[in-house]
Amino acid sequence: MDYGFPILSSLIFLPIIGAAALLFIPRSNEGDVRRMALLVSIVEFLLSLPLWFQFDKTTHLMQFVEKHPWIPAWNVNYYLGIDGISILFVLLSTLITILCVLVSWTAITDKVKEFFAALLFLEGAMIGVFCALDFFLFYIFWEAMLIPMYLIIGVWGGPGRLYAAIKFFLYTLVGSVLMLVGIITLYYHGGHTFDILKLSAHTYPLKLQMILFWAFFAAFAVKVPMWPVHTWLPDAHTEAPAAGSVILAGILIKMGAYGFLRFSMPMFPQATQAMMVPMLVLSIIAIVYGAVICLGQDDMKRLIAYSSVSHMGFVTLGMFALNYQGLEGAILQMVNHGVVTGALFLSVGIIYEQTHTREISDYGGLATLTPIFAGFFMVFTLAAVGLPGLNGFIGEFLIILGGFATKTWAGFFAATGIIIGAGYMLWLYQRVFFMEKNPKMVSLGLRDLNCRELVTLLPMLVLIFWIGIYPNVFLSYMHASVAHLLQQVNASTGSVQANSNAVVECALRFIGG
Amino acid sequence: MVTGFSLPIIAPLGPEIFLAVIGCAVILADIIWKEQRYVVPVVSMAGAAAALIMVTKASGISFNGMYTVDAFSAFFKIVCLLGLMFAILMSLRHLDIMGVQRVGEYYSLMIFSCVGMMIMASATDLIVLYLGLELMALSVYCLVGLLKTDPRASEAAVKYLLLGAFSSCLLLFGMSYLYGTTGTTDMAAISKAMAAGKLTANPAFMMGLGLVVIAFCFKVAAAPFHMWTPDAYEGAMTPVTAYMSVGPKAAGFAALGRVLMEAFPNAHSEWVTAMIILAFLTMAIGNITALCQTSIKRMLAYSSIAHAGYALIGFLPGTAEGASATMNYLFMYLFMNMGAFAVIILLQYKCLVGEALEDYKGLAKTHPVAAGLMLVFMFSLTGIPPTAGFIGKFNIFMAALHAGYTWIVIFAVLFSAISAYFYLRVVMLMYMYEPEREMEIAPSGALSAVLAIALTGVILLGCYPNGILSYASKAIMGH
Repeated sequence: MDYGFPILSSLIFLPIIGAAALLFIPRSNEGDVRRMALLVSIVEFLLSLPLWFQFDKTTHLMQFVEKHPWIPAWNVNYYLGIDGISILFVLLSTLITILCVLVSWTAITDKVKEFFAALLFLEGAMIGVFCALDFFLFYIFWEAMLIPMYLIIGVWGGPGRLYAAIKFFLYTLVGSVLMLVGIITLYYHGGHTFDILKLSAHTYPLKLQMILFWAFFAAFAVKVPMWPVHTWLPDAHTEAPAAGSVILAGILIKMGAYGFLRFSMPMFPQATQAMMVPMLVLSIIAIVYGAVICLGQDDMKRLIAYSSVSHMGFVTLGMFALNYQGLEGAILQMVNHGVVTGALFLSVGIIYEQTHTREISDYGGLATLTPIFAGFFMVFTLAAVGLPGLNGFIGEFLIILGGFATKTWAGFFAATGIIIGAGYMLWLYQRVFFMEKNPKMVSLGLRDLNCRELVTLLPMLVLIFWIGIYPNVFLSYMHASVAHLLQQVNASTGSVQANSNAVVECALRFIGG
Repeated sequence: MVTGFSLPIIAPLGPEIFLAVIGCAVILADIIWKEQRYVVPVVSMAGAAAALIMVTKASGISFNGMYTVDAFSAFFKIVCLLGLMFAILMSLRHLDIMGVQRVGEYYSLMIFSCVGMMIMASATDLIVLYLGLELMALSVYCLVGLLKTDPRASEAAVKYLLLGAFSSCLLLFGMSYLYGTTGTTDMAAISKAMAAGKLTANPAFMMGLGLVVIAFCFKVAAAPFHMWTPDAYEGAMTPVTAYMSVGPKAAGFAALGRVLMEAFPNAHSEWVTAMIILAFLTMAIGNITALCQTSIKRMLAYSSIAHAGYALIGFLPGTAEGASATMNYLFMYLFMNMGAFAVIILLQYKCLVGEALEDYKGLAKTHPVAAGLMLVFMFSLTGIPPTAGFIGKFNIFMAALHAGYTWIVIFAVLFSAISAYFYLRVVMLMYMYEPEREMEIAPSGALSAVLAIALTGVILLGCYPNGILSYASKAIMGH
């Protein structure tokens, strides 16, 4: 579909220009900096809405395409476009950035304009990652993202921020540079082009597929993060300021999974099928291990961070189940996890601003002290647990269906992860909001949510119910693209997986998939 | 060969001759206008700029094929001249701060060393190459030791002189073997003699090849021949260090590239193994040793060693594509490294300040613009897009992977990931610590110009590199 106005470019560069403009506001006008950042992020969100309404759901082809020659010497094009997989993440990014600006409104007091500039620059790069259809361009955005994120963690983070920031940076960089070697190798084997669609259409020898699969795995697995390269995540999430944690949980770690969907699977279908079992095993380890570790945490943010490891295990499990339900569930779960974990980090950020502690044992009885906040947190907790009617349920349900259809044991172990998940989340809720009123909390004189904080949390609440009750609105965007992706993965071996048994069909119809 | 006597055509040497004249004129100007300290730099700057324009126009072969002015040499000359101009601009205020009295000899030494580099880039005869190399090296030895009152400078100059002289001896020694086995010092003739006589089986010839390569490795500071670099970089005045990290290095690469690809293309399979080992060692030693430095100048010295390692990878394929990748890399490196040194000079408002990494603590709070600039240059040196450093590395890796040198590229990317740690330490100190002591800065118009050009170069080359890529791909030998 041709679309006259370069909407994707505008989405990428509006926040970047906004970030540059922020730097010219005098340092003393912190209020103006905040208002300007909010304005830019809201305009950005409004600008992204036409994508939602004008998207053609019937095709897997790229839409809103922009293509211009950029570096002819290397056959690099400035090539953008979105399909049913990426559109949801673009929208999620623009929404979450607004909430990040809001949650940082009073929490950030030092180097204010640099903070918001970094945040907006990050937003531009993130949207670039999801829209890029040229590998070179993709890599530019992928790496450029590291700069603001490193600064956000390192400058405005908690006490252990220096360690967390450099750890985050080095982990992701090592993974990314190996992918870079893979990208260049692909360039030479795929006909001297960086065009992602052309490279996906090409067939590569199995041996090369395997090597490249692992080269890309290095980058994506670190980002997801999959066990055993997840160790940067608890540190980064815990030490980052609230907005940093939300972006990390909401968008950044989705990029790893997005990378698998966009690159590894269509480009290396045979390697993907050959590696299915190892990937499923790694996913299950992440699910169970992450969940068990959560039980032992006494730091709220760290607990939520480890729960991300577990939840992202579900996502990779769904993807590598390599069937329709699993894939759709995985993509939906990526959005869900972004919403729910983002909301949880926003909530923790809001309360931390008043209490300045993340220790769970410092809390207690908040349900009486801050009833509205407790209500919000309850919904978020239950969504994370996967209560039917809330969004977490749909994604996990589809993923486990997909898991059972491919390998029974995968579905079985994933289900145990849900049970432990319910345990640690509810236990967290119990320790923070119920029990005796903690004297420390009473002495602080906590106030309940104010208007700004309410506005910050409300969109997440709406999304949680919306996806939970009527997921088809979101699933309908991805049907065509997922079907095409599966076709690409299966076409290479000619095997059509017989997984559409009656039960699955029934179940799918039940939830409206 | 030459039957009748005729004067050689000197037109191709126009820029070099002109610049040498400027070098002499600068000394005279210093004597005539003793009081006006700005005459000398202005003359030097104008001379360098004029030479730059002349370089883009000059072409031809002169002195019976001993001197070739082709696109390849022009590219390196541009890099050297830009380096010279940056260094002159950076020196203006810095020389006052460091208390240098006679500025004439400083600028004239810089100019003469640049003439030497230009001769090296164009030399297609080993003797001419040696001539240029010595002119460059002798001038730079003096520049390093110019601050006579500073014991560090003297120590650095002596160390540099001794090791430099040693490497020159090796070069001459190697050349004598080559002459002995082939009977010529002309590079093209050496190549022909090799093809005719199966000289790769001759140990004397291989010895000559090895010695010549080692001598150039000294010049470009490739490990394990890098020992002089940290001391010389630390002891010299910062503008000299900046100049040394770009000019002589580029000239060294020009000569090395020319020798490898013009004189020894037939011995590719012999020298390529040695070059892979050298590149690996250079990257490893440079990046790993830089991790534990406390002085930013020493850190950048090791970083420049590491970058020499990346640049060497471009020569491995022995193709025009690889050579142009190395040339691009040096061009990009010019901007980011000069930028980083310019920030250091900005902070050196008095002697010995701004050299310790500790001095950068909290810079983002006291001088946000300086810190922001340093941030960009550090990310560029790491090779993070959208900066020039990324494009440079990417180009090198593309060329090497095209030729099938996969493993060295994998090591190169891993080492560049390691390098993130020490570059980012500067960022960390600037942005994530509180300032510990009062830091002033020594701004000047010229220095601001350097910073602005370097920043523009780093961002522009990072975002729109097509111009330089296509220019460098045409800048092959003999055209």
